[in-house]
Amino acid sequence: MSRWDESSLYQLTSVRFRLLLREPEAVFWIFVFPILLAMGLGIAFRNRPADVLQVGATTAELTRALDADKGLAAATMDEAAGTHALATGNILLLAIQRPEGVAYKFDDTNPDARTARLLADRAVQTAAGRQEAVPAKNELVHETGSRYIDFVVPGLLGMNLMGSAMWGLGFSIVDARQKKLLKRMVASPMPRWQYLTSFLLSRLAMLVIEVAAFLGFARLVFGVPFRGSLWQLGLLCVLTSLAFSALGLLVASRARTLEAVSGLMNLVMLPMWILSGVFFSASRFPVAIQPVVRALPLTAAIDAMRGNMLQGINLVQLAVPVAILAAWLVVPFAVSLRIFRWR
Amino acid sequence: MTGMQMAETTERAIDVKVPSLLLRGLRKAFGDVVAVNGLDLEVAGGECFGLLGPNGAGKTTTIEICEGLTAPDAGSVELLGLDWGAGAGQLRQRIGIQLQETQFPEKLTVEETLRLFRSFFERGISVEESIRTAQLEEKRKARVGGLSGGQKQRLAMACALVGDPELLFLDEPTTGLDPQARRHLWDLVEQLKQAGRTIILTTHYMEEAERLCDRVAIMDHGSVIALGTPQQLIASIGGEHIVEFAVTSCEPGAQEASAHDAAHGVVDAEPLKAIPGIQSHRVDAGLHQLSVSELHTAVPRIFAALREQGLHLSEFRTHSATLEDVFVGLTGRNLRDE
Repeated sequence: MSRWDESSLYQLTSVRFRLLLREPEAVFWIFVFPILLAMGLGIAFRNRPADVLQVGATTAELTRALDADKGLAAATMDEAAGTHALATGNILLLAIQRPEGVAYKFDDTNPDARTARLLADRAVQTAAGRQEAVPAKNELVHETGSRYIDFVVPGLLGMNLMGSAMWGLGFSIVDARQKKLLKRMVASPMPRWQYLTSFLLSRLAMLVIEVAAFLGFARLVFGVPFRGSLWQLGLLCVLTSLAFSALGLLVASRARTLEAVSGLMNLVMLPMWILSGVFFSASRFPVAIQPVVRALPLTAAIDAMRGNMLQGINLVQLAVPVAILAAWLVVPFAVSLRIFRWR
Repeated sequence: MTGMQMAETTERAIDVKVPSLLLRGLRKAFGDVVAVNGLDLEVAGGECFGLLGPNGAGKTTTIEICEGLTAPDAGSVELLGLDWGAGAGQLRQRIGIQLQETQFPEKLTVEETLRLFRSFFERGISVEESIRTAQLEEKRKARVGGLSGGQKQRLAMACALVGDPELLFLDEPTTGLDPQARRHLWDLVEQLKQAGRTIILTTHYMEEAERLCDRVAIMDHGSVIALGTPQQLIASIGGEHIVEFAVTSCEPGAQEASAHDAAHGVVDAEPLKAIPGIQSHRVDAGLHQLSVSELHTAVPRIFAALREQGLHLSEFRTHSATLEDVFVGLTGRNLRDE
């Protein structure tokens, strides 16, 4: 046996690592699931050439005028059929020929319908001989970094770091407590700090694989940009993972059964899935609850990672979210060390 | 036995002067339930000591207080001359513990589990040796989840042994095992005894205590109600043999309808107690128990006395008195009643 092998911290950490890798479900949720999710979202929200919008018109003349616009595909139908087509979502807008002019029937809360209204009116007016007052032409940009997939990848990364850290710690600790293994461990001369530290160390080892696999995939398949420094991004990932590990430790510090800890875990994570801006910007929530939203660790983590990856901001400018994450690391860790149930 | 082991055995022999375990006035209550009620015990070095009692007697609480896992409400605990306050770090290195119902991680192998536990101890035996001692050589690479109950228990034992402890605590080591696995584990404990370790074990199997322990404390309701070698305890109930019998009345009609009632009511115990050599008589669920010292002369007289009362024997057997009988004699209950 080598010296390295005899170290209890090394043994505890490698056991932790091995146990995780031998759990096929855990491997799926940590490594495969985020990649599948990114792939699904990437396909669903890929930037297509601007859609052709389906519209209807009550006369053949109107239909011809609308069809002249490249962004519209028009069909002739009477008003009753058109209203039905509108209601079922087959068309976005119905142009009705009235004695006094043209009426547009559409849902103004639907952005596509509003676009159809603008295009339809332009087509109708142009067909009637309207001239542009100011000459205008389009210059198109399809820049990476402003697509939905670019926005959502840092969000998914944050969410994944949260899930794997919290489940990784919470579940294993409560499982060991329930099986009286925790009690057996403290009955041996094992230093208690090493037991908890081994979780953090194996988490960090796992993190390298996890983050590299996910970001590598996002880079290769979707060309997601990395504008900020990579080592700072790595540091952010480590900080995020440690903060959520501390939170997982806190959640697991008293629970006696897996059912109890699962409930607590979901209670803690659910608000963050909704509020922290994984899939859409957290600033969409009302101003009144913004202080709460901003104080959540997942919001801070995702903000910081978006800042790094998409805007290339450095850590100094990200001081606020970094400070929030650090607070979420220190406070839950200190509290859970005090209240931890060792048996 | 290797030379190294012999050297350690002599080293242990020096420690005999200090009691391996010393408990004074131990008390522990959980809410209203008093689990341990003023316990005093002393276990000498090299002794195999058994705490015997029914479930709920306070055995596990007592042993966990000794192991430093539960703090007593009152009283003092001294192990190897050290206490759990100042000497905790040193004690953890010097004792071995096997807890009731520990489940080791199912996806680790036997070898990995032992290597992990070995790493906690500054000194001890090699992982190889612990595997050999527990006779798990063939299961070395097997995952814990695939082991049988007996093998898991031997693994727990091996985990307790990797630090080469001077004092070994075994909490109900054979509970839930089949007879063969139990005998296998007894052999292992015998082997450890011979190596000169002090062993403290709890059990609710009297045959286990009789077979393994040099001395036994019988516990009930948190107190020690009897203490001594198994032979002393058995001798204390007076007769070294137990006669058990059940009767039915001779009238054919009563036999089927209420054989049970007949057995209760009909026997007049006085003529039985008058027989020389019969020390005591008790009835439990229709079964009469006599504690007897002169079996060969007493048995014909028992037959005669029952015939005179017009009773028919439906069961009759004798056995040598056991610790179970001691417990029954002291408490009027069976060990496994609860």
